[in-house]
Amino acid sequence: MSILHTVNKSPFDRNSLDACVRLAAKGGSVLLIEDGIYGAMKGTSKSDMVTNAMKDLTFYVLGPDLQARGVDEGKLIEGIKVVDYSGFVNLTVENDKAQAWL
Amino acid sequence: MSETKKFMYINRKAPYGTIYAWESLEVVLIGAAFEQDVSVAFVDDGIYQLCKDQDTTGLGIKNFSATYRALGDYDVNKLYIEKESLDARGLTLDDLMPLKYEDENDDWAEKDSIHVVSSQELAELFEQSDVLFNF
Repeated sequence: MSILHTVNKSPFDRNSLDACVRLAAKGGSVLLIEDGIYGAMKGTSKSDMVTNAMKDLTFYVLGPDLQARGVDEGKLIEGIKVVDYSGFVNLTVENDKAQAWL
Repeated sequence: MSETKKFMYINRKAPYGTIYAWESLEVVLIGAAFEQDVSVAFVDDGIYQLCKDQDTTGLGIKNFSATYRALGDYDVNKLYIEKESLDARGLTLDDLMPLKYEDENDDWAEKDSIHVVSSQELAELFEQSDVLFNF
C-alpha cells in the first residue's frame, strides 16, 4: 500500500508541507504542484526539512508549475524528480491512493 | 481640487496559485492612473511575483509578469523588496526581473525601480504612507 501525497501550497505561506512530511508513512511519494513547488528549491529555510524527509519519501515536482514561476531546475534540491502532466498521471496509477494536502 | 496621497501596496502572495498578485497589479495601475504617489512592497511569498523567466505556456494561463516591466511607464518606480524574505527563500536580486524607469527630472536617465530594504526600513515606509493596501 502506498500513498501519493500532493502539496499545492507554498511552505512559507501554509504548513501543508510540514503536515504532509510529518504524517506521510515511509515509502510514500510526495508531488509538489502549483505554489507547492517552492518547497523543492534549495537554499531556503525549508530545504533542510525536505532533504531530511527524502530519506523516507520520494519527492517529485511538476515541471509546468516550475516554468510558470520562473524556477529553473538547477535551483532544485538534488534528488527531487521533475515530472510532466503524464508523469503526474503515472504517479496516480502507481500508487494505491492519493492524499491532497491543501 | 486635487489631493495626492501616499499609497502603499503590500504583496505577500506568490503568483498563479491565487488571484491576489494579478488583482494587486490591476489596483496598482488604477492608483497610478489617478496620479497618486504609489509605492509597492514585496514581502514573504510576494517576492516570487518578480522572478525572471516566468513561462506559463504549460499551464495555459496568462503570464502577467511582463506587466511589472510596464510599471515604470506609469510612474510606479518605488518597488521595495524585503531582504529577509529574499534570504529565507535562497534568492538574490539576480533571480528577479531587472525593473527600470526613466527619470524625467534627470534627463530621462534609466534607473532601478527595485530597492532591497530591511524589515525595519519597510516598517518605517509603512509609517510614512497615508493608505495601505494588502494583497
